[in-house]
Amino acid sequence: MSAPAPTAPPAAPPTATRVLEFADVARQFPDGTVALEGVDLTIDRGEFVTVVGPSGCGKSTLLRIASGLDAASAGSARVDAERIGYVFQDATLLPWRSVKKNVELLAELHGMSRTATNQAALDAIELVGLRGHEKKLPRALSGGMKMRASLARSLTLDPDLFLFDEPFGALDEITRERLNDELIRLFVAKGFGALFITHSVSEAVYMSTRVLVMSGRPGRIVESFDVPFGSDRTPELRFTPEFAKLAGEVSHALREGHS
Amino acid sequence: MTATLETPTTTPVAAGTTPAPVVRRRRGRRAVNLVLPVAVFAALLGVWYAITYLVLDPGRRFLMPAPHTLVTDALLDPTITDKVWPALGRSIVVTFTGLAIAIVIGMLWAIAMSQSKAVESSLYPYAVALQCIPILALVPLIGFWFGFGFPSRVIVCVMIALFPIVSNTLFGIQSVDRGHHELFTLHKAGRTTRLLKLQLPAALPAIFAGFRISAGLSVVGAIVGDLFFKQGEPGLGILLSNFSSRLQGAPLFFTIVVTAALGFAVFFLFGWLSKLVVGSWYDQSRDR
Ligand SMILES: Nc1ncnc2c1ncn2[C@@H]1O[C@H](COP(=O)(O)OP(=O)(O)O)[C@@H](O)[C@H]1O
Ligand SMILES: [Mg+2]
Repeated sequence: MSAPAPTAPPAAPPTATRVLEFADVARQFPDGTVALEGVDLTIDRGEFVTVVGPSGCGKSTLLRIASGLDAASAGSARVDAERIGYVFQDATLLPWRSVKKNVELLAELHGMSRTATNQAALDAIELVGLRGHEKKLPRALSGGMKMRASLARSLTLDPDLFLFDEPFGALDEITRERLNDELIRLFVAKGFGALFITHSVSEAVYMSTRVLVMSGRPGRIVESFDVPFGSDRTPELRFTPEFAKLAGEVSHALREGHS
Repeated sequence: MTATLETPTTTPVAAGTTPAPVVRRRRGRRAVNLVLPVAVFAALLGVWYAITYLVLDPGRRFLMPAPHTLVTDALLDPTITDKVWPALGRSIVVTFTGLAIAIVIGMLWAIAMSQSKAVESSLYPYAVALQCIPILALVPLIGFWFGFGFPSRVIVCVMIALFPIVSNTLFGIQSVDRGHHELFTLHKAGRTTRLLKLQLPAALPAIFAGFRISAGLSVVGAIVGDLFFKQGEPGLGILLSNFSSRLQGAPLFFTIVVTAALGFAVFFLFGWLSKLVVGSWYDQSRDR
Protein backbone atom coordinates (compact mmCIF):
# COMPACT_ATOMS: atom_id res chain seq x y z
CA MET A 1 0.00 0.00 0.00
CA SER A 2 1.98 2.94 -1.24
CA ALA A 3 0.82 6.45 -0.64
CA PRO A 4 0.44 8.26 -3.95
CA ALA A 5 2.80 11.17 -3.98
CA PRO A 6 1.02 14.50 -3.73
CA THR A 7 1.26 15.96 -7.20
CA ALA A 8 -0.40 18.70 -9.18
CA PRO A 9 -4.17 18.42 -9.61
CA PRO A 10 -5.38 16.38 -12.59
CA ALA A 11 -4.05 17.81 -15.81
CA ALA A 12 -6.12 20.81 -16.75
CA PRO A 13 -6.11 21.45 -20.48
CA PRO A 14 -3.48 23.99 -21.51
CA THR A 15 -6.06 26.66 -22.11
CA ALA A 16 -7.85 26.50 -18.79
CA THR A 17 -11.26 27.88 -19.55
CA ARG A 18 -13.57 29.20 -16.93
CA VAL A 19 -16.94 27.44 -17.07
CA LEU A 20 -18.61 28.88 -14.00
CA GLU A 21 -18.23 32.14 -12.14
CA PHE A 22 -20.46 33.03 -9.21
CA ALA A 23 -19.93 36.38 -7.49
CA ASP A 24 -21.85 37.19 -4.33
CA VAL A 25 -24.75 34.98 -5.40
CA ALA A 26 -27.82 34.91 -3.18
CA ARG A 27 -31.13 33.15 -3.50
CA GLN A 28 -34.11 34.11 -1.45
CA PHE A 29 -37.36 32.27 -2.06
CA PRO A 30 -40.69 34.11 -2.13
CA ASP A 31 -41.55 32.62 1.26
CA GLY A 32 -38.53 34.41 2.75
CA THR A 33 -36.19 31.40 3.00
CA VAL A 34 -32.64 32.51 2.26
CA ALA A 35 -31.20 29.41 0.65
CA LEU A 36 -27.93 31.01 -0.45
CA GLU A 37 -26.02 34.11 0.53
CA GLY A 38 -22.74 35.65 -0.60
CA VAL A 39 -21.58 32.66 -2.61
CA ASP A 40 -18.34 33.22 -4.55
CA LEU A 41 -17.27 30.30 -6.69
CA THR A 42 -15.29 29.75 -9.85
CA ILE A 43 -14.77 26.51 -11.72
CA ASP A 44 -12.43 25.94 -14.67
CA ARG A 45 -12.39 23.00 -17.02
CA GLY A 46 -10.31 20.27 -15.41
CA GLU A 47 -11.45 21.20 -11.93
CA PHE A 48 -13.57 18.86 -9.84
CA VAL A 49 -15.21 20.88 -7.10
CA THR A 50 -17.21 19.09 -4.43
CA VAL A 51 -19.63 20.66 -2.01
CA VAL A 52 -20.39 19.05 1.34
CA GLY A 53 -22.88 20.43 3.81
CA PRO A 54 -25.81 19.48 6.01
CA SER A 55 -29.08 18.80 4.24
CA GLY A 56 -31.17 21.86 3.60
CA CYS A 57 -28.14 24.15 3.47
CA GLY A 58 -28.72 25.13 -0.16
CA LYS A 59 -26.57 22.69 -2.14
CA SER A 60 -29.28 21.75 -4.62
CA THR A 61 -30.23 25.40 -5.00
CA LEU A 62 -26.62 26.15 -5.92
CA LEU A 63 -26.73 23.52 -8.67
CA ARG A 64 -30.13 24.60 -9.90
CA ILE A 65 -28.83 28.14 -10.35
CA ALA A 66 -25.73 26.84 -12.14
CA SER A 67 -27.95 24.81 -14.49
CA GLY A 68 -30.38 27.62 -15.21
CA LEU A 69 -33.34 25.79 -13.66
CA ASP A 70 -33.38 28.52 -11.01
CA ALA A 71 -32.02 32.06 -10.98
CA ALA A 72 -30.03 34.00 -8.41
CA SER A 73 -32.01 36.71 -6.65
CA ALA A 74 -28.85 38.79 -6.18
CA GLY A 75 -25.24 38.72 -7.39
CA SER A 76 -23.99 37.44 -10.70
CA ALA A 77 -24.13 33.80 -11.71
CA ARG A 78 -22.28 33.31 -14.98
CA VAL A 79 -22.03 29.97 -16.66
CA ASP A 80 -19.90 29.74 -19.74
CA ALA A 81 -20.53 26.23 -20.99
CA GLU A 82 -21.94 25.21 -24.35
CA ARG A 83 -23.42 22.10 -22.86
CA ILE A 84 -24.19 21.23 -19.28
CA GLY A 85 -24.52 17.74 -17.87
CA TYR A 86 -26.77 17.42 -14.85
CA VAL A 87 -27.01 14.16 -12.95
CA PHE A 88 -29.66 13.94 -10.28
CA GLN A 89 -29.76 11.61 -7.29
CA ASP A 90 -32.68 9.88 -8.99
CA ALA A 91 -31.51 8.59 -12.37
CA THR A 92 -34.67 10.08 -14.01
CA LEU A 93 -34.64 7.50 -16.81
CA LEU A 94 -37.80 7.32 -18.90
CA PRO A 95 -39.28 3.93 -17.98
CA TRP A 96 -40.64 3.25 -21.48
CA ARG A 97 -37.29 3.73 -23.18
CA SER A 98 -34.55 1.13 -23.38
CA VAL A 99 -31.10 1.95 -22.04
CA LYS A 100 -29.92 2.90 -25.51
CA LYS A 101 -32.98 5.07 -26.17
CA ASN A 102 -32.61 6.75 -22.79
CA VAL A 103 -28.98 7.51 -23.47
CA GLU A 104 -29.98 9.00 -26.82
CA LEU A 105 -32.60 11.31 -25.31
CA LEU A 106 -30.54 14.44 -24.69
CA ALA A 107 -28.80 14.21 -28.05
CA GLU A 108 -32.28 14.03 -29.59
CA LEU A 109 -33.44 17.07 -27.63
CA HIS A 110 -30.39 18.98 -28.81
CA GLY A 111 -31.23 18.14 -32.40
CA MET A 112 -28.20 16.00 -33.17
CA SER A 113 -28.48 13.97 -36.37
CA ARG A 114 -29.64 10.36 -36.23
CA THR A 115 -26.22 8.93 -36.96
CA ALA A 116 -24.40 11.29 -34.58
CA THR A 117 -26.91 10.47 -31.83
CA ASN A 118 -26.49 6.77 -32.38
CA GLN A 119 -22.71 6.99 -32.33
CA ALA A 120 -22.63 9.27 -29.25
CA ALA A 121 -24.92 6.86 -27.40
CA LEU A 122 -22.82 3.82 -28.30
CA ASP A 123 -19.64 5.60 -27.19
CA ALA A 124 -21.18 6.76 -23.92
CA ILE A 125 -22.59 3.29 -23.18
CA GLU A 126 -19.14 1.85 -23.76
CA LEU A 127 -17.56 4.47 -21.48
CA VAL A 128 -19.82 3.72 -18.53
CA GLY A 129 -19.57 -0.04 -19.01
CA LEU A 130 -23.15 -0.76 -20.05
CA ARG A 131 -22.28 -2.66 -23.24
CA GLY A 132 -24.66 -5.57 -23.65
CA HIS A 133 -27.44 -3.88 -21.70
CA GLU A 134 -28.59 -1.51 -24.47
CA LYS A 135 -31.95 -3.18 -24.99
CA LYS A 136 -32.92 -3.44 -21.33
CA LEU A 137 -35.65 -1.30 -19.83
CA PRO A 138 -34.81 0.76 -16.73
CA ARG A 139 -36.89 -1.49 -14.49
CA ALA A 140 -34.53 -4.35 -15.26
CA LEU A 141 -31.48 -2.38 -14.08
CA SER A 142 -29.87 -2.21 -10.65
CA GLY A 143 -29.47 1.17 -8.96
CA GLY A 144 -25.83 1.35 -10.02
CA MET A 145 -26.65 0.53 -13.64
CA LYS A 146 -29.39 3.14 -13.70
CA MET A 147 -26.91 5.73 -12.53
CA ARG A 148 -24.45 4.63 -15.22
CA ALA A 149 -27.17 5.05 -17.83
CA SER A 150 -27.97 8.49 -16.46
CA LEU A 151 -24.29 9.41 -16.60
CA ALA A 152 -24.02 8.09 -20.15
CA ARG A 153 -27.03 10.16 -21.17
CA SER A 154 -25.23 13.36 -20.13
CA LEU A 155 -21.94 12.18 -21.60
CA THR A 156 -23.43 12.10 -25.11
CA LEU A 157 -23.43 15.90 -25.00
CA ASP A 158 -19.73 16.01 -24.13
CA PRO A 159 -20.45 18.73 -21.56
CA ASP A 160 -17.99 21.41 -20.49
CA LEU A 161 -19.63 21.61 -17.10
CA PHE A 162 -20.99 18.63 -15.22
CA LEU A 163 -23.32 19.08 -12.26
CA PHE A 164 -23.90 16.20 -9.86
CA ASP A 165 -26.54 16.34 -7.13
CA GLU A 166 -25.71 13.50 -4.73
CA PRO A 167 -25.67 11.08 -7.63
CA PHE A 168 -24.46 8.07 -5.66
CA GLY A 169 -26.29 8.83 -2.42
CA ALA A 170 -28.77 6.00 -2.84
CA LEU A 171 -26.23 3.34 -3.77
CA ASP A 172 -24.51 0.77 -1.59
CA GLU A 173 -20.93 1.51 -0.62
CA ILE A 174 -19.23 -0.93 -2.98
CA THR A 175 -21.15 0.29 -6.02
CA ARG A 176 -20.58 3.84 -4.92
CA GLU A 177 -16.82 3.44 -4.65
CA ARG A 178 -16.63 1.70 -8.00
CA LEU A 179 -18.59 4.51 -9.63
CA ASN A 180 -16.30 7.04 -7.89
CA ASP A 181 -13.35 5.46 -9.67
CA GLU A 182 -15.14 5.38 -13.02
CA LEU A 183 -16.16 8.99 -12.71
CA ILE A 184 -12.57 10.01 -11.94
CA ARG A 185 -11.46 8.10 -15.03
CA LEU A 186 -14.07 9.91 -17.16
CA PHE A 187 -13.09 13.24 -15.65
CA VAL A 188 -9.42 12.70 -16.41
CA ALA A 189 -10.22 11.59 -19.94
CA LYS A 190 -12.66 14.38 -20.77
CA GLY A 191 -11.36 17.25 -18.67
CA PHE A 192 -14.74 18.85 -18.01
CA GLY A 193 -15.37 21.12 -15.03
CA ALA A 194 -17.43 19.45 -12.31
CA LEU A 195 -19.55 20.65 -9.43
CA PHE A 196 -20.37 17.63 -7.29
CA ILE A 197 -22.59 17.48 -4.24
CA THR A 198 -22.32 14.77 -1.66
CA HIS A 199 -23.04 13.96 1.94
CA SER A 200 -19.94 11.83 2.20
CA VAL A 201 -16.71 13.53 3.28
CA SER A 202 -14.72 10.53 2.11
CA GLU A 203 -16.30 10.69 -1.35
CA ALA A 204 -15.67 14.44 -1.50
CA VAL A 205 -11.99 14.16 -0.68
CA TYR A 206 -11.50 11.15 -2.93
CA MET A 207 -13.07 12.68 -6.02
CA SER A 208 -12.14 16.33 -6.00
CA THR A 209 -9.50 18.84 -6.76
CA ARG A 210 -11.24 21.18 -4.33
CA VAL A 211 -13.71 20.60 -1.49
CA LEU A 212 -16.08 23.32 -0.34
CA VAL A 213 -17.84 23.15 2.99
CA MET A 214 -21.23 24.81 3.27
CA SER A 215 -23.26 25.75 6.30
CA GLY A 216 -26.96 26.39 6.33
CA ARG A 217 -29.44 29.18 7.11
CA PRO A 218 -28.40 31.13 5.22
CA GLY A 219 -26.41 28.82 2.91
CA ARG A 220 -22.82 30.01 2.70
CA ILE A 221 -19.49 28.52 1.73
CA VAL A 222 -17.56 28.51 4.99
CA GLU A 223 -14.34 26.80 3.98
CA SER A 224 -12.41 25.62 0.94
CA PHE A 225 -9.79 22.86 0.78
CA ASP A 226 -7.47 22.19 -2.13
CA VAL A 227 -6.97 18.47 -2.55
CA PRO A 228 -3.33 17.65 -3.31
CA PHE A 229 -3.75 14.14 -4.70
CA GLY A 230 -3.03 13.51 -8.37
CA SER A 231 -5.27 12.13 -11.08
CA ASP A 232 -4.01 8.57 -10.58
CA ARG A 233 -6.21 7.91 -7.57
CA THR A 234 -6.81 4.31 -6.52
CA PRO A 235 -8.99 2.94 -3.72
CA GLU A 236 -5.89 2.52 -1.53
CA LEU A 237 -5.73 6.30 -1.29
CA ARG A 238 -8.60 6.15 1.16
CA PHE A 239 -6.36 4.39 3.69
CA THR A 240 -3.40 6.78 3.59
CA PRO A 241 -2.60 9.17 6.46
CA GLU A 242 -2.74 12.17 4.10
CA PHE A 243 -6.26 11.23 3.09
CA ALA A 244 -7.34 10.71 6.69
CA LYS A 245 -5.86 14.04 7.72
CA LEU A 246 -7.66 15.99 5.01
CA ALA A 247 -10.94 14.13 5.58
CA GLY A 248 -10.59 14.97 9.27
CA GLU A 249 -10.15 18.66 8.51
CA VAL A 250 -13.18 18.69 6.23
CA SER A 251 -15.28 16.89 8.84
CA HIS A 252 -14.14 19.35 11.44
CA ALA A 253 -15.13 22.33 9.26
CA LEU A 254 -18.48 20.66 8.63
CA ARG A 255 -19.11 20.36 12.37
CA GLU A 256 -17.98 23.93 13.00
CA GLY A 257 -20.38 25.19 10.33
CA HIS A 258 -23.13 23.13 11.85
CA SER A 259 -22.98 24.64 15.31
CA MET B 1 -71.12 4.77 -15.02
CA THR B 2 -69.22 4.73 -11.78
CA ALA B 3 -65.49 4.19 -11.79
CA THR B 4 -64.16 6.48 -14.45
CA LEU B 5 -60.73 7.32 -13.12
CA GLU B 6 -58.26 4.53 -12.63
CA THR B 7 -55.22 5.73 -10.77
CA PRO B 8 -52.00 4.40 -12.18
CA THR B 9 -49.63 4.12 -9.29
CA THR B 10 -45.92 4.25 -9.81
CA THR B 11 -44.40 0.94 -8.91
CA PRO B 12 -41.57 0.96 -6.44
CA VAL B 13 -38.94 -1.65 -7.17
CA ALA B 14 -39.78 -4.68 -5.09
CA ALA B 15 -37.24 -5.17 -2.34
CA GLY B 16 -35.71 -8.59 -1.88
CA THR B 17 -38.52 -10.69 -0.49
CA THR B 18 -38.39 -14.24 0.71
CA PRO B 19 -39.45 -16.19 -2.37
CA ALA B 20 -40.71 -19.51 -0.99
CA PRO B 21 -43.92 -18.49 0.82
CA VAL B 22 -44.79 -16.06 -1.94
CA VAL B 23 -44.64 -18.76 -4.58
CA ARG B 24 -46.70 -21.14 -2.50
CA ARG B 25 -49.30 -18.51 -1.78
CA ARG B 26 -49.44 -17.54 -5.45
CA ARG B 27 -49.89 -21.13 -6.61
CA GLY B 28 -52.64 -21.60 -4.03
CA ARG B 29 -54.29 -18.41 -5.18
CA ARG B 30 -54.24 -19.53 -8.79
CA ALA B 31 -56.08 -22.74 -7.88
CA VAL B 32 -58.63 -20.74 -5.92
CA ASN B 33 -58.90 -18.32 -8.84
CA LEU B 34 -59.94 -21.22 -11.06
CA VAL B 35 -61.98 -23.45 -8.80
CA LEU B 36 -64.13 -20.85 -7.11
CA PRO B 37 -65.45 -19.10 -10.24
CA VAL B 38 -66.26 -22.45 -11.86
CA ALA B 39 -68.10 -23.55 -8.73
CA VAL B 40 -70.07 -20.32 -8.56
CA PHE B 41 -70.93 -20.60 -12.26
CA ALA B 42 -72.15 -24.16 -11.82
CA ALA B 43 -74.23 -23.11 -8.83
CA LEU B 44 -75.81 -20.29 -10.83
CA LEU B 45 -76.69 -22.69 -13.66
CA GLY B 46 -78.22 -24.98 -11.06
CA VAL B 47 -80.37 -22.19 -9.67
CA TRP B 48 -81.37 -21.24 -13.20
CA TYR B 49 -82.52 -24.81 -14.01
CA ALA B 50 -84.31 -24.98 -10.68
CA ILE B 51 -86.24 -21.83 -11.44
CA THR B 52 -87.12 -23.00 -14.95
CA TYR B 53 -88.33 -26.48 -14.04
CA LEU B 54 -89.36 -26.22 -10.40
CA VAL B 55 -90.65 -22.68 -9.92
CA LEU B 56 -92.24 -21.78 -13.24
CA ASP B 57 -95.17 -23.75 -14.56
CA PRO B 58 -94.73 -25.02 -18.13
CA GLY B 59 -96.80 -22.25 -19.71
CA ARG B 60 -94.57 -19.54 -18.24
CA ARG B 61 -91.16 -21.06 -18.91
CA PHE B 62 -90.47 -18.45 -21.61
CA LEU B 63 -89.73 -16.07 -18.70
CA MET B 64 -86.64 -18.08 -17.83
CA PRO B 65 -85.92 -20.63 -20.59
CA ALA B 66 -83.55 -23.39 -19.54
CA PRO B 67 -79.90 -22.67 -20.40
CA HIS B 68 -79.63 -25.43 -23.01
CA THR B 69 -82.60 -23.99 -24.95
CA LEU B 70 -80.44 -20.94 -25.70
CA VAL B 71 -78.46 -23.34 -27.86
CA THR B 72 -81.29 -25.46 -29.25
CA ASP B 73 -83.88 -22.73 -29.80
CA ALA B 74 -81.61 -19.83 -30.71
CA LEU B 75 -77.98 -20.57 -31.57
CA LEU B 76 -78.96 -23.51 -33.80
CA ASP B 77 -82.07 -21.83 -35.24
CA PRO B 78 -81.15 -20.02 -38.46
CA THR B 79 -84.28 -17.87 -38.37
CA ILE B 80 -82.94 -16.41 -35.10
CA THR B 81 -79.24 -16.27 -35.93
CA ASP B 82 -80.00 -14.67 -39.29
CA LYS B 83 -81.24 -11.74 -37.23
CA VAL B 84 -78.73 -11.84 -34.37
CA TRP B 85 -75.44 -12.00 -36.28
CA PRO B 86 -76.16 -9.05 -38.62
CA ALA B 87 -77.46 -7.07 -35.62
CA LEU B 88 -74.26 -7.88 -33.73
CA GLY B 89 -72.26 -6.68 -36.72
CA ARG B 90 -74.16 -3.38 -36.85
CA SER B 91 -73.79 -2.85 -33.11
CA ILE B 92 -70.06 -3.52 -33.36
CA VAL B 93 -69.76 -0.92 -36.11
CA VAL B 94 -71.68 1.64 -34.01
CA THR B 95 -69.63 0.82 -30.89
CA PHE B 96 -66.27 1.17 -32.57
CA THR B 97 -67.18 4.20 -34.65
CA GLY B 98 -68.41 5.96 -31.51
CA LEU B 99 -65.40 4.86 -29.50
CA ALA B 100 -62.95 5.95 -32.19
CA ILE B 101 -64.54 9.40 -32.40
CA ALA B 102 -64.61 9.65 -28.58
CA ILE B 103 -60.91 8.73 -28.44
CA VAL B 104 -59.93 11.39 -30.99
CA ILE B 105 -62.09 14.15 -29.47
CA GLY B 106 -61.32 13.16 -25.88
CA MET B 107 -57.56 13.07 -26.35
CA LEU B 108 -57.46 16.35 -28.27
CA TRP B 109 -59.63 17.92 -25.59
CA ALA B 110 -57.36 16.69 -22.79
CA ILE B 111 -54.18 17.66 -24.63
CA ALA B 112 -55.53 21.17 -25.22
CA MET B 113 -56.36 21.47 -21.52
CA SER B 114 -52.92 20.19 -20.52
CA GLN B 115 -51.18 22.89 -22.52
CA SER B 116 -52.67 25.91 -20.81
CA LYS B 117 -54.31 26.63 -17.50
CA ALA B 118 -56.67 29.07 -19.24
CA VAL B 119 -57.88 26.39 -21.65
CA GLU B 120 -58.20 23.94 -18.77
CA SER B 121 -60.31 26.23 -16.61
CA SER B 122 -62.55 27.16 -19.53
CA LEU B 123 -63.04 23.62 -20.90
CA TYR B 124 -62.95 21.38 -17.84
CA PRO B 125 -66.43 22.37 -16.60
CA TYR B 126 -67.88 21.00 -19.84
CA ALA B 127 -66.15 17.68 -19.30
CA VAL B 128 -67.67 17.55 -15.84
CA ALA B 129 -71.06 18.56 -17.25
CA LEU B 130 -70.78 15.69 -19.72
CA GLN B 131 -70.30 13.38 -16.77
CA CYS B 132 -73.09 14.86 -14.63
CA ILE B 133 -75.88 15.33 -17.15
CA PRO B 134 -77.69 12.02 -17.60
CA ILE B 135 -76.95 11.40 -21.27
CA LEU B 136 -80.15 9.39 -21.55
CA ALA B 137 -82.08 12.61 -21.02
CA LEU B 138 -80.46 14.00 -24.15
CA VAL B 139 -81.10 10.97 -26.33
CA PRO B 140 -84.55 12.11 -27.52
CA LEU B 141 -83.07 15.51 -28.38
CA ILE B 142 -80.32 13.83 -30.38
CA GLY B 143 -82.93 11.91 -32.33
CA PHE B 144 -84.91 15.11 -32.79
CA TRP B 145 -81.89 16.87 -34.31
CA PHE B 146 -80.01 14.16 -36.13
CA GLY B 147 -82.69 11.67 -37.07
CA PHE B 148 -83.06 8.09 -35.96
CA GLY B 149 -80.33 6.41 -37.93
CA PHE B 150 -76.65 5.58 -37.68
CA PRO B 151 -75.34 9.12 -36.91
CA SER B 152 -77.57 9.51 -33.84
CA ARG B 153 -76.54 6.11 -32.50
CA VAL B 154 -72.88 7.06 -32.89
CA ILE B 155 -73.43 10.41 -31.19
CA VAL B 156 -74.94 8.69 -28.14
CA CYS B 157 -71.89 6.40 -27.96
CA VAL B 158 -69.51 9.33 -28.20
CA MET B 159 -71.26 11.28 -25.47
CA ILE B 160 -71.30 8.34 -23.11
CA ALA B 161 -67.72 7.29 -23.80
CA LEU B 162 -66.05 10.71 -23.84
CA PHE B 163 -65.53 11.60 -20.20
CA PRO B 164 -63.28 8.75 -19.06
CA ILE B 165 -60.98 9.43 -22.00
CA VAL B 166 -60.78 13.16 -21.26
CA SER B 167 -60.23 12.74 -17.54
CA ASN B 168 -57.76 9.86 -17.76
CA THR B 169 -55.69 11.48 -20.49
CA LEU B 170 -55.54 14.76 -18.59
CA PHE B 171 -54.72 12.99 -15.34
CA GLY B 172 -51.97 11.00 -17.02
CA ILE B 173 -50.40 14.04 -18.61
CA GLN B 174 -50.54 15.99 -15.37
CA SER B 175 -48.96 13.20 -13.34
CA VAL B 176 -45.66 13.31 -15.19
CA ASP B 177 -42.71 13.11 -12.84
CA ARG B 178 -41.29 16.52 -11.91
CA GLY B 179 -37.71 15.33 -12.35
CA HIS B 180 -38.50 14.31 -15.92
CA HIS B 181 -40.04 17.71 -16.60
CA GLU B 182 -36.91 19.43 -15.29
CA LEU B 183 -34.74 17.24 -17.48
CA PHE B 184 -36.68 18.43 -20.52
CA THR B 185 -36.63 22.05 -19.31
CA LEU B 186 -32.89 21.86 -18.76
CA HIS B 187 -32.35 20.81 -22.33
CA LYS B 188 -34.72 23.40 -23.73
CA ALA B 189 -37.30 21.01 -25.14
CA GLY B 190 -40.18 22.75 -26.89
CA ARG B 191 -43.85 22.19 -26.18
CA THR B 192 -44.39 19.64 -28.91
CA THR B 193 -41.26 17.68 -28.07
CA ARG B 194 -42.26 17.60 -24.43
CA LEU B 195 -45.73 16.41 -25.35
CA LEU B 196 -44.59 13.71 -27.75
CA LYS B 197 -41.48 12.45 -25.99
CA LEU B 198 -42.56 12.85 -22.38
CA GLN B 199 -46.16 13.63 -21.54
CA LEU B 200 -48.04 11.32 -23.89
CA PRO B 201 -45.80 8.27 -23.37
CA ALA B 202 -45.92 8.78 -19.60
CA ALA B 203 -49.70 9.12 -19.76
CA LEU B 204 -50.23 5.93 -21.80
CA PRO B 205 -51.12 3.67 -18.86
CA ALA B 206 -53.78 6.13 -17.69
CA ILE B 207 -54.98 6.69 -21.25
CA PHE B 208 -55.46 2.96 -21.79
CA ALA B 209 -57.29 2.67 -18.49
CA GLY B 210 -59.65 5.31 -19.88
CA PHE B 211 -60.03 3.45 -23.20
CA ARG B 212 -61.00 0.30 -21.33
CA ILE B 213 -63.74 2.03 -19.38
CA SER B 214 -64.97 3.90 -22.44
CA ALA B 215 -65.06 0.78 -24.59
CA GLY B 216 -67.58 -0.77 -22.20
CA LEU B 217 -69.59 2.44 -22.08
CA SER B 218 -69.59 2.62 -25.85
CA VAL B 219 -71.31 -0.78 -26.03
CA VAL B 220 -73.92 0.54 -23.62
CA GLY B 221 -74.30 3.59 -25.88
CA ALA B 222 -74.85 1.43 -28.94
CA ILE B 223 -77.60 -0.61 -27.23
CA VAL B 224 -79.25 2.44 -25.68
CA GLY B 225 -79.24 4.29 -28.99
CA ASP B 226 -80.88 1.26 -30.59
CA LEU B 227 -83.58 1.05 -27.95
CA PHE B 228 -84.51 4.67 -28.48
CA PHE B 229 -84.21 4.98 -32.22
CA LYS B 230 -86.26 1.99 -33.22
CA GLN B 231 -85.77 2.69 -36.87
CA GLY B 232 -83.28 1.85 -39.53
CA GLU B 233 -81.23 -1.33 -39.61
CA PRO B 234 -81.72 -3.11 -36.28
CA GLY B 235 -78.81 -3.57 -33.91
CA LEU B 236 -78.78 -5.74 -30.80
CA GLY B 237 -80.89 -3.24 -28.84
CA ILE B 238 -83.78 -3.43 -31.27
CA LEU B 239 -83.60 -7.24 -31.29
CA LEU B 240 -83.71 -7.30 -27.49
CA SER B 241 -86.76 -5.12 -27.56
CA ASN B 242 -88.45 -7.16 -30.31
CA PHE B 243 -87.79 -10.57 -28.76
CA SER B 244 -89.08 -9.40 -25.42
CA SER B 245 -92.26 -7.90 -26.82
CA ARG B 246 -92.90 -11.12 -28.72
CA LEU B 247 -92.22 -13.18 -25.59
CA GLN B 248 -89.47 -15.13 -27.37
CA GLY B 249 -87.62 -16.20 -24.24
CA ALA B 250 -84.75 -18.27 -25.62
CA PRO B 251 -83.84 -15.81 -28.41
CA LEU B 252 -84.05 -12.93 -25.93
CA PHE B 253 -81.69 -14.60 -23.47
CA PHE B 254 -79.40 -15.61 -26.30
CA THR B 255 -79.21 -12.02 -27.53
CA ILE B 256 -78.48 -10.82 -24.00
CA VAL B 257 -75.62 -13.30 -23.81
CA VAL B 258 -74.30 -12.10 -27.18
CA THR B 259 -74.52 -8.47 -26.01
CA ALA B 260 -72.70 -9.32 -22.80
CA ALA B 261 -70.06 -11.14 -24.82
CA LEU B 262 -69.57 -8.01 -26.91
CA GLY B 263 -69.03 -6.01 -23.69
CA PHE B 264 -66.49 -8.52 -22.41
CA ALA B 265 -64.77 -8.66 -25.78
CA VAL B 266 -64.17 -4.91 -26.04
CA PHE B 267 -63.05 -4.73 -22.39
CA PHE B 268 -60.53 -7.51 -22.84
CA LEU B 269 -59.48 -6.23 -26.26
CA PHE B 270 -58.40 -2.97 -24.65
CA GLY B 271 -56.85 -4.74 -21.68
CA TRP B 272 -54.81 -6.77 -24.14
CA LEU B 273 -53.87 -3.71 -26.23
CA SER B 274 -52.80 -1.91 -23.07
CA LYS B 275 -50.61 -4.82 -22.07
CA LEU B 276 -49.13 -4.87 -25.55
CA VAL B 277 -48.30 -1.16 -25.55
CA VAL B 278 -47.30 -0.39 -21.96
CA GLY B 279 -47.08 -3.82 -20.35
CA SER B 280 -43.33 -4.08 -20.80
CA TRP B 281 -42.59 -1.05 -18.65
CA TYR B 282 -45.74 -0.47 -16.64
CA ASP B 283 -46.95 -2.94 -14.03
CA GLN B 284 -50.70 -3.05 -14.59
CA SER B 285 -51.42 -5.58 -11.88
CA ARG B 286 -50.99 -2.70 -9.47
CA ASP B 287 -54.07 -0.75 -10.45
CA ARG B 288 -56.59 -3.54 -10.72
N1 LIG C 1 -38.85 26.44 -4.12
C1 LIG C 1 -38.55 26.68 -2.82
N2 LIG C 1 -39.31 27.52 -2.08
C2 LIG C 1 -39.01 27.76 -0.80
N3 LIG C 1 -37.99 27.22 -0.14
C3 LIG C 1 -37.19 26.37 -0.80
C4 LIG C 1 -37.43 26.05 -2.18
N4 LIG C 1 -36.49 25.17 -2.58
C5 LIG C 1 -35.69 24.96 -1.51
N5 LIG C 1 -36.10 25.68 -0.44
C6 LIG C 1 -35.46 25.74 0.86
O1 LIG C 1 -34.15 26.22 0.68
C7 LIG C 1 -33.25 25.52 1.52
C8 LIG C 1 -32.18 24.88 0.70
O2 LIG C 1 -32.71 23.82 -0.06
P1 LIG C 1 -31.81 22.85 -0.94
O3 LIG C 1 -30.98 23.67 -1.85
O4 LIG C 1 -32.69 21.84 -1.56
O5 LIG C 1 -30.90 22.16 0.17
P2 LIG C 1 -29.92 20.90 0.07
O6 LIG C 1 -29.85 20.46 -1.34
O7 LIG C 1 -28.61 21.37 0.60
O8 LIG C 1 -30.48 19.84 0.96
C9 LIG C 1 -34.08 24.53 2.33
O9 LIG C 1 -34.36 25.11 3.58
C10 LIG C 1 -35.32 24.38 1.51
O10 LIG C 1 -36.42 24.08 2.35
MG1 LIG D 1 -30.44 18.57 -2.19
